[in-house]
Amino acid sequence: MSKVHMRVYRGNSEGGQLKDYDVDVEEGMVVLDVIHKIQATQSSDLACRWNCKAGKCGSCSAEVNGKPRLMCMTRMNTFQAGETVTVTPMKTFPLLKDLATDVSWNYEVNKRIPPFTPREGADWHWEQEDADRVQEFRKCIECFLCQNTCHVLRDHDQMGQFAGPRFFVRIASLEMHPLDGLDRTEILKNEHGLGFCNITKCCTEVCPEDIHITDNAIIPLKERVVDKYYDPLRLLWHKVFGK
Amino acid sequence: MSIDVRTKRGLFFTLRKDAWWLEPLFYICLFGGFVVYTTWAALNPYGPHGQHYYEWGPYLSPFFSPFFNPDWLHKLPALLATPAILILWAPGGFRGTCYYYRKAYYRSIFADPPGCAVGESCVKYQGETKFFLFQNLHRYFMYVALLFIAILSWDGIAAMIWPANGIAADNSAMAGPHRFGVGVGTLIMCLNAYLLGGYTLGCHAFRHLVGGGLDFLHVKKNNPIRFALWRVVTKLNERHMEWALVSMIWVGLTDLYIRLCAMGVIHDLRIF
Repeated sequence: MSKVHMRVYRGNSEGGQLKDYDVDVEEGMVVLDVIHKIQATQSSDLACRWNCKAGKCGSCSAEVNGKPRLMCMTRMNTFQAGETVTVTPMKTFPLLKDLATDVSWNYEVNKRIPPFTPREGADWHWEQEDADRVQEFRKCIECFLCQNTCHVLRDHDQMGQFAGPRFFVRIASLEMHPLDGLDRTEILKNEHGLGFCNITKCCTEVCPEDIHITDNAIIPLKERVVDKYYDPLRLLWHKVFGK
Repeated sequence: MSIDVRTKRGLFFTLRKDAWWLEPLFYICLFGGFVVYTTWAALNPYGPHGQHYYEWGPYLSPFFSPFFNPDWLHKLPALLATPAILILWAPGGFRGTCYYYRKAYYRSIFADPPGCAVGESCVKYQGETKFFLFQNLHRYFMYVALLFIAILSWDGIAAMIWPANGIAADNSAMAGPHRFGVGVGTLIMCLNAYLLGGYTLGCHAFRHLVGGGLDFLHVKKNNPIRFALWRVVTKLNERHMEWALVSMIWVGLTDLYIRLCAMGVIHDLRIF
């Protein structure tokens, strides 16, 4: 057993600050265990959101030493002996209390995405190879770490005109679905602000499910938007020869 | 009174303790070094006695290939009167609008953001919706870059055809019969074409072109060739960063090797 110095953010929507805790850490503990230990032994009113403790529910998203992480998937033995570990809530979303943030904005964005709409006369018999591409996107656990780290939302507050990487992944899963018949490129460009993404890949770097958000979802969607709006030869072709 | 770290913003503000700044610093040094060297090499194609520094026998620098030297070029201001100016816009445009390079220079040069979860300046952000809309021309640069792969591959083959009468004082190949031969420069040029091919064929726009724009269904039945191509390009694309960096460094080294041979600083080793 060793002692670790923790700095945990305590506060609410009006403000807050880092509070220091010394905690005994046992082998195998993760950051979430330490937070629970603080709750149990030192600050019973410390708020944090969690559920599965297995990296699958996406509830315990926070920032550990400034990096967006799932607390349940961040092992304490990854820190140097004597290192102070700082835990803060996700910066992008409004704070409820301590480490719990209000992520409801994301659910409102989700409602604005047209759902799966099968194309007319779709052949429902399909093979694994047809499904492989979109299955990657189904791994998303909605931890919203990608939304939290995306600088368009985090630093530029473009919530009104930018959906964020999580929802580009969702739209990609629909747009590339072999049986879906809806074209969402117009809303991608005009409503969800795909052009605001400057593909700096932070979303991909923090994804705990290792979804290649930028390479497999955002860039292919950008290319589809280019097909429709920014490729002069293709536009000319459509003008002259129709679809 | 202590600051509220949750609401504090500002350029480079972060709670990260790792060396996040190393990556942007590396890119600034690498890209800066490459741009400076390329500009210098492009502006200095000739030696003090009119020697060609862009070629040595069968070797032709990738910065000057395909070689054009029209008369009108010499009527331009001295700074622009280099054959490389007719070439470098294409690979420069391709790399400048490449999705990988965009990520690298938005982070390192524009600090937008400088690193993940690292603060940036609060100037009005427009992403790629206004000025940077031109990035959408990437696919057109890609079409030209595909031509360059063919040209540079041919240069690699041409670097195996040696003039039997030797190399002239200006470093060009002497007229007359030719014979097969391979020097270290030949291998460097062939590897250059291979690396540039891996980079160009793994490009996101090429991936979209060959099959990414399709919503696969019954791939084996309806689009077997495009699906197979898409899978190969996807494999290359997974290592796009490595291809991009290694091919960029190698193309610079290829020019440097040929230049040093042409200057007489090093002697090309003939393998056979």
